Amino acid sequence: MGILKKSRRALLAAALTALLGVPAFAQMEFSGEWAPVLDEDNAGNPYVGEFIGIPMSHSGMLRAQAWNASLYTLPEWQCRPHGAMYISRGPSQVRIWKEVDPDSREIVAFHAEWLRSIDNPYYMDGRARPSKYSPHTFGGFSTAEFIGDQLKITTTHLKEDYYRRNGVPSSDEATLTQYWMRRGDILTWTTIATDPLYLSEPMIRASEYRLIPALRIPPYPCTVIEEVDRPAGVVPHYLPGQNPFLTEWGEKYHVPQAAAGGGAAAMHPELAKKILKEANAAPAAAKK
Amino acid sequence: MIATRKILSVKKNLNRVGRKSALLAATGLAVAGCAVLTCVVSAEAQQSNATAPAIVDSADGNIETLQVRGNVYMIGGAGANIVLSAGDEGVLMVDSGSTANADKVLQAVNGLTAELNKFRQPVTAFSHGGSGTVLTSFRPPKPIRFILNTSALGEHTGGNIKLSAAGRTFTGGNVTGDLGDVTEGAAILAHENVLQRLTDEKMPTRGLPTESYYGGVMKLSHYFNGEGVVMYHIPNAITDGDSIVHFRTSDVIATGDIFTFASYPPIDIAKGGSVQGELAALNRMLEIVAPEFRSEGGTFVVPGHGRVGDTADLAYYRDMVTMIRDRVQDGIKKDKTLAQIKASKPTEDWDPRFGRNPKWTPDQFVEAVYKSLMNPPAAKK
Repeated sequence: MGILKKSRRALLAAALTALLGVPAFAQMEFSGEWAPVLDEDNAGNPYVGEFIGIPMSHSGMLRAQAWNASLYTLPEWQCRPHGAMYISRGPSQVRIWKEVDPDSREIVAFHAEWLRSIDNPYYMDGRARPSKYSPHTFGGFSTAEFIGDQLKITTTHLKEDYYRRNGVPSSDEATLTQYWMRRGDILTWTTIATDPLYLSEPMIRASEYRLIPALRIPPYPCTVIEEVDRPAGVVPHYLPGQNPFLTEWGEKYHVPQAAAGGGAAAMHPELAKKILKEANAAPAAAKK
Repeated sequence: MIATRKILSVKKNLNRVGRKSALLAATGLAVAGCAVLTCVVSAEAQQSNATAPAIVDSADGNIETLQVRGNVYMIGGAGANIVLSAGDEGVLMVDSGSTANADKVLQAVNGLTAELNKFRQPVTAFSHGGSGTVLTSFRPPKPIRFILNTSALGEHTGGNIKLSAAGRTFTGGNVTGDLGDVTEGAAILAHENVLQRLTDEKMPTRGLPTESYYGGVMKLSHYFNGEGVVMYHIPNAITDGDSIVHFRTSDVIATGDIFTFASYPPIDIAKGGSVQGELAALNRMLEIVAPEFRSEGGTFVVPGHGRVGDTADLAYYRDMVTMIRDRVQDGIKKDKTLAQIKASKPTEDWDPRFGRNPKWTPDQFVEAVYKSLMNPPAAKK
């Protein structure tokens, strides 16, 4: 009986070793055109001041509060793309395709391009990361590897960008780890952003995409024009404490400002308990 | 025109005709207990004691060379970034790094030119015997011919002496006749205020600009390594002698410390810098640059310190400086004192990125902005 048990264990161990040791058999196909599945946490068009769910550092919060949407009327920003820190959370469709080595037929890279992004190659051919002196881009430099049938993507060399399209900044020292998990026609896209400057802790977000065979992503040309007649050198922003829109979202949806304003504390249930406790305590105090 | 200025400068600064005699004078100084090398070190030490902040790379001390585009390369980790044009016609350098790194930089330049030389079309020397074997030989690479200084700051000019001495000026005819030693060393080009500052700071003659300009622009007389190279004077930005250098075909701009990833702009009020000039410089560069696609790529912008940037990076930096200027200006309008404005922390949101350099702190930057706004630089006539 003991010998039989040992044999079973050995067989199981051998099977596991075989499975883990041959990832090529577990590789997944991701190519195709995918449409985002939007939900209440991923609506695409946030309000100014809607910072909930983002563990901004104090400095990140101050920058977000100073942000003025009119900034994007400046010629340098009119055609900026959505960067890697935001785009997978956005409302745009994405095209994913494989680049294959013409000789070995091995995958050189997966590429992903959204309607309003630049091409994002995720290299799988073992190339080295660029120098610390190399330029950074909105897509960054990414390498990728299969972990079982998931694709793990590691991105560095990112430009300053935003986590949400209402001015929540990401820094050019931030890095991004992403996972693609496919179940049939559904792709779960998980991002883990680490930013020593503008996040106080790593931010993990997951988005869903659905494969749509008939989807064709159109071109998205952009032409810089003179959008606003303003004196040269003006950069739109709000001086500290003067942004009138920061409380608008919280007031409209009755979300306490302590939560709407973002930060790590607003992501944890303890804050909700505290807010409820204070809200309940207020009427009681009034009765006394 | 340049020749005229050159003669004028010679008379004014005794740094051209007198190159040999100045070297002799420098040698004479050795008699007084000051070896040439010591003089160089003293010159830089003097600079670092002055008001100009020395923004030294936070790098690990390693020199790294990378291609920016075409014939244009960058050497990082040498004090300030150095931009090179290296090719068939020799080497042109924008800035020369710190004195301490000059040997490493020279090694890097020689290494690069030797490496590039391997890929040139070999010249068939002769056929060897009757075997049909062809031996080939490569022409030796041409030397450092120009050093362009973007400012007088020590980490931009500290290598001038050593790197110039390793180079050569190609000239002849009347020029050689009149200025016998003019072929010795690479030519050094800078705005005349740089020449003035370095002269005031007792930079040995070998490290001083040999060609200075006083207008808005100085172009190399001819293409160099296949492209036009233009220096634009930027008045009253970091100092009163700043230049940016545009490699026109490669479309690369070397900015000096007007744009740096290592700190807030190190505006030196005592040397003619101002936040108004700094912003004018950043906006002017934004007029020159063109992105390749969607705000990125295209014109590459090599900052004084840190990685290579582009339109978007330059715009971010301009936005940051403008916002901080506006906050300080708002404090002044509200009759706040400098101490009160500093206490309001107008740079707080940017400090994690640009406020980490102990040699140029947020408070120092705020003070420079405040002083610029209280005493704006006089408009250049």
